[in-house]
Amino acid sequence: MSSKGYSANFINRQSFIELDARERTKALFDEGTSRELVGPFDRVESPWLPMQGVTPQEDDGCVVMKGKITGQAAVVVALEGAFQGGSIGEVSGAKMTAALDLACADNAKGIRTSAVILLETGGVRLQEANLGLAAIAELMGSILALRKYAPVICLTAGTVGCFGGMSLAAGLASYVVMTREARLGMNGPEVIEQENGIEEFDSSDRALIWAIHGGEQRYAMGLADALVDDDTHQVADAVRHFTSKGVPAVHRSSQVELYRSRLETLDTSQQWDPKEFRALWGTNGVRKGKR
Amino acid sequence: MEQIEFNYSAKRKVPKSAHVGVVGSGDLEVLLEPSEDEVAHVFIRTSVDGFRDTWKAVLDRFFARYNGAVRIQINDAGATPGIVHLRLEQAVEVSER
Repeated sequence: MSSKGYSANFINRQSFIELDARERTKALFDEGTSRELVGPFDRVESPWLPMQGVTPQEDDGCVVMKGKITGQAAVVVALEGAFQGGSIGEVSGAKMTAALDLACADNAKGIRTSAVILLETGGVRLQEANLGLAAIAELMGSILALRKYAPVICLTAGTVGCFGGMSLAAGLASYVVMTREARLGMNGPEVIEQENGIEEFDSSDRALIWAIHGGEQRYAMGLADALVDDDTHQVADAVRHFTSKGVPAVHRSSQVELYRSRLETLDTSQQWDPKEFRALWGTNGVRKGKR
Repeated sequence: MEQIEFNYSAKRKVPKSAHVGVVGSGDLEVLLEPSEDEVAHVFIRTSVDGFRDTWKAVLDRFFARYNGAVRIQINDAGATPGIVHLRLEQAVEVSER
């Protein structure tokens, strides 16, 4: 690929990362089929934030839309990474869980409805502490119930990424789609450095962070199913691919023995290089694409 | 967090509601809805206390040119006056599109 061709693609692309949660959500549906549920004018906001002097957002940073993807019913739920770091509170968690539960009920009635969750989040909203933790537990239950019927696709485009308890929810998804800019992990770099020291993880080393948490590495290690460019068409294509593909034969999170044996045989006396993991665990040989 | 309210006189009905922006650092969310009476009501919640006069100056300037009968809710996370004005104009543009 010539550098000229690349820059033209880069300039002409429609960035997905630059879209806010509402625009991202809408971009995934078939044109003109989506409608928002519990939108900002319904004013279902967090009751806890104003008590602590924090300005709430009218949709609590969670956008829910119902519509069609490749002609099939789908629900898309997106967390707004710019509002409180995309954190999960009582209201945003309840919106997400309720949307997935309604999709589950529709599936039980024979209306096939897949779900896409757009996670740009640092996990639990600290101002809502236990309610946020409970919300994540409920959400995980809802994902497990729904994924028996229809695929649950987790899309992490960046640049917030998906961390904390919500990374566990991402781990339960049928498919994970990431961009190179996105990051996925349980503990974020600053948390690791704070708990185990700078020798363990230097959170100012951006190359190290992306070498471990970045989308390319997660895809190469087999922890994500598609790596796409920051391009709205590519992202929407990947989502359509996986909603059409249906439920996987075995979910990643059900492969307990595989991951247990991998961890058991791992020699932790030496420092591993992120690239070695790609060779050791990776099933996605190519740099970019879909499984 | 500070709550501020302003009222301005209005002359015409607006066609529809508009929602723009995000309550993210340096940004704000604007909800613009048609109002039943001939008054424009503005409700502000801002994370930065003590800037009532600045809010008034920004809104005075905005309503010097805009006469829609609206209820405007602003949820602010420390936006500068310039950003506030741009978001208000964006909300008007969306409501009249």
